[in-house]
Amino acid sequence: MRGRYLHITLLSIFVVAVQVITQITDTTYYLTQLTMAAYYSLVILGLTLLMGYAGQISLGHAGFFAIGGYTSAVLTTYNLIPYKEKAIVKVMASMGMLQMREDLYGGQILNLHPWIAFLLAIAITVAVAYVIGIPVLKLKGHYLAMATLGFGIIIYRIVLGTPLFGEADGISDVPAFGLLPGIEVSGDMSMRIQNYYIAWVIVIVAVLLLLNLIDSRVGRALRAIHGAEDAADAMGVNTAEYKLKTFILSAVFAATAGVFLTHFNGGIGPSEASVMKSVRYVAIVAAGGMASIWGALTMAAVLNFLSLRGYFGSYDDAVFGAILIVIMLFAPEGILRLPVMKNIQRLLRFKPSEGSDGAS
Amino acid sequence: MVLLDVKGLSKSFGGLKAVSNVSFTVREGIIKAVIGPNGAGKTTLFNLISGVLKPDSGKIIFKNEEIQGLEPFQIAHRGVSRTFQHLRLFPGMTVLENVMMGRHIHSRSGFFAGMLNMPWTRREEKGVRQKTFEILEIIGIADLADKEAVSLAYGQQRIVELARALALEPKLMLLDEPAAGLNMRETADIARLITKIRDMGVTVLIVEHDMSLVMNISDEIVVLSYGEKIAEDVPLAIQKNEEVIRVYLGEDDA
Amino acid sequence: MSVELFFQYIVAGITYGIIYAIVAIGFNIIYNTTGIINFAQGEFVMLGSMIAISLTPYMPLLLAIILAVIITMLIGALIEILFIRWLDSPSVLRMIIITIGLSILIREVALAIWGENVRALPYFTGNEVSSISFGGVHISPQVLWVIGVCTVMVLILQAFFKFTMVGRQMRACAANREAARLCGINAKNMVTLSFMLSAGIGAVAGCVVSPITYSQYNMGTGLAIKGFTVAILGGLGNSMAAVVAGLLLGTIESFSIWIMPTAYKDAISISILLLILFLRPGGLFGSKEEMTLKEF
Repeated sequence: MRGRYLHITLLSIFVVAVQVITQITDTTYYLTQLTMAAYYSLVILGLTLLMGYAGQISLGHAGFFAIGGYTSAVLTTYNLIPYKEKAIVKVMASMGMLQMREDLYGGQILNLHPWIAFLLAIAITVAVAYVIGIPVLKLKGHYLAMATLGFGIIIYRIVLGTPLFGEADGISDVPAFGLLPGIEVSGDMSMRIQNYYIAWVIVIVAVLLLLNLIDSRVGRALRAIHGAEDAADAMGVNTAEYKLKTFILSAVFAATAGVFLTHFNGGIGPSEASVMKSVRYVAIVAAGGMASIWGALTMAAVLNFLSLRGYFGSYDDAVFGAILIVIMLFAPEGILRLPVMKNIQRLLRFKPSEGSDGAS
Repeated sequence: MVLLDVKGLSKSFGGLKAVSNVSFTVREGIIKAVIGPNGAGKTTLFNLISGVLKPDSGKIIFKNEEIQGLEPFQIAHRGVSRTFQHLRLFPGMTVLENVMMGRHIHSRSGFFAGMLNMPWTRREEKGVRQKTFEILEIIGIADLADKEAVSLAYGQQRIVELARALALEPKLMLLDEPAAGLNMRETADIARLITKIRDMGVTVLIVEHDMSLVMNISDEIVVLSYGEKIAEDVPLAIQKNEEVIRVYLGEDDA
Repeated sequence: MSVELFFQYIVAGITYGIIYAIVAIGFNIIYNTTGIINFAQGEFVMLGSMIAISLTPYMPLLLAIILAVIITMLIGALIEILFIRWLDSPSVLRMIIITIGLSILIREVALAIWGENVRALPYFTGNEVSSISFGGVHISPQVLWVIGVCTVMVLILQAFFKFTMVGRQMRACAANREAARLCGINAKNMVTLSFMLSAGIGAVAGCVVSPITYSQYNMGTGLAIKGFTVAILGGLGNSMAAVVAGLLLGTIESFSIWIMPTAYKDAISISILLLILFLRPGGLFGSKEEMTLKEF
């Protein structure tokens, strides 16, 4: 357990170090992509719990990201001025659930406070994950993969075909998310450093929560389900409930990332809901070694950063397709568990955690 | 007192009657064995009692409560644990962790408590660990606690499964061919452990091929043939039962 | 709805439906010999039509199509040999991920070669505006080509699996790989063959339908999920049922435009997939027990 907090501390130091280095080398523009990479990492962390520990594949997690992002975007951009005399709007205003701001042209916009929108987004995500999860998680193998893929495509088609969601253009002009007075999620240049830290603090907290969970009674039960489902069942583990709760938890991670990234980017488009995004998340989880929080985080941060900086050029999707194939052909245990990497770790005198759980 | 009461249990697959109108009772505190030639329906009977299969008709009454049709995990919660004929230990987990899974129903921590690592969940985990160690001591495998369970020798894995089933603190333990694949010395070890478990107050229902094991440790025996019960008695009487000799011993050399 | 319009919808439904059925049969052929669902199945359809389109300037249409089908079959074989054959009893999850990766790679290569342009093969007979009239219902001759070619292909496949030695061997592998191997059948070659066969029929379908639906580098995913829906509707592995299921899905989809915006067309057919998976995973016509009988 001490190892867990040591690793978290090291991660925190690393996050600070990166920021300081960008400051010194005058490359603070990297922070924008590092912030985005952090939010994408959040999706991948949740998916790692689902795939690596509960053993359930999801090819529809971009759908949950989109549910979070789009809910928040719609609720915080929908102008309530025309309805401001309506009783319900007045009640909400008096409870502080609304905020007034100006749009680009100085027009008045009255909309739901981002906090309320965030909570509603999570509530909707939980509801959808629950309703979808109950039947979907009864399926196995190809059926589960296709069902989750199907869910993802449905969400994609809905956001692409519905005027409320901006169809192909998506939703723009999403306001900043004031978390606390003085702290807000926004893409404003002056807020770059602050937002880098907001994003990574969220990731660090998420890592800590997941490591705790994996090391707990629940994590043990999840690994048992993954390893021998019938035996876990015979030990009194309600396997269906555990899978469902894990599915919902990972959906909430994805939706949270969707909400924050949408406020950071000031908008969201249908590509965030596309199948390719879902596949990309799966690719990164696989590259990280399926059941390794640290592996997933490393791969998520590195690959997303490279992709966002445009290093893969027009071959972006191809790179992730190739990653999937190469990993599954040659290193189904993940890149970090290849013999070569083990030797490198030994050379660096970095003591790898024992066992296959990847968390110490 | 009757702990388990099986009444008129039937189950068919397609046209085949795997278990046909089988009734018997298991009194508290004894070792009862179910024997019969291959295809007699022993494993099906076992899967019915543990909830893996749902019966077509009949009742299974455990502690005065009907449990037929419940899910396996619900039956475990009522105090029935089991081992598997083909070992089903959790890969990637140590012996300690495997046996800790037996304590699952005796602990509470859920997703939120686990994520937040609450002080009470830490205390609970400590308690689980302690209790598990006690069980490993009782079974005599405390020295294996940190070994990966599935990397152990076959005989040791059987014992770990037994420990895991015991950790659940069941009222009734179902053992599915616990001596399958074991040599004579290992079989004797298992027999001693099963008797020890019975003496701790756990009722044991065992399906087994090994006749000598069954005759040595069982208090009562049920004999199945082609899905039907043909005899139920104490071991000595079963050995003399002509029909049993005809259907069972005629086929098996035991 | 007028009677004419009603029949127009039916015809459109049959046209799309039979294409879905061909993709579903492609899934089934590979599933039957390997137990794998090949997520790259839709890409075979795309490759077939795109290659044929690229070849038409240099040769007659028929020759271009034949050549395109052969090339796609070779690609199918190559994929099996490079990525599937040498894996030693891989897990289902691993196979799913590999075939998904393949579908992405093929698509990206297609994007690099052909770009994002929407292309089409010329009409086999007549042109876009020519039509044949059946009692007031106007049907493009290409629709007859699609229905005709696909029907003949399904019949030939049936005969192939029933009456030829190789077809029977493939069925034997599907029923029991180990036993087939003991009888001297090379199961690995049968798997390669199944990839070639399913690539081939996908390519044929892609060519005949290209004049109507047009072809683009990214047409595979949509077709794959529709084809999978049909395969599941008919019961995985059951190809004759897939034809019925294909026509059913095509018709439902075609009529859905009448009550819902076109943008939701895909969402509807996928919702059907989810419903079937939840309610009757053995398919409309199959029971759970029949699911285990992997007969073609």
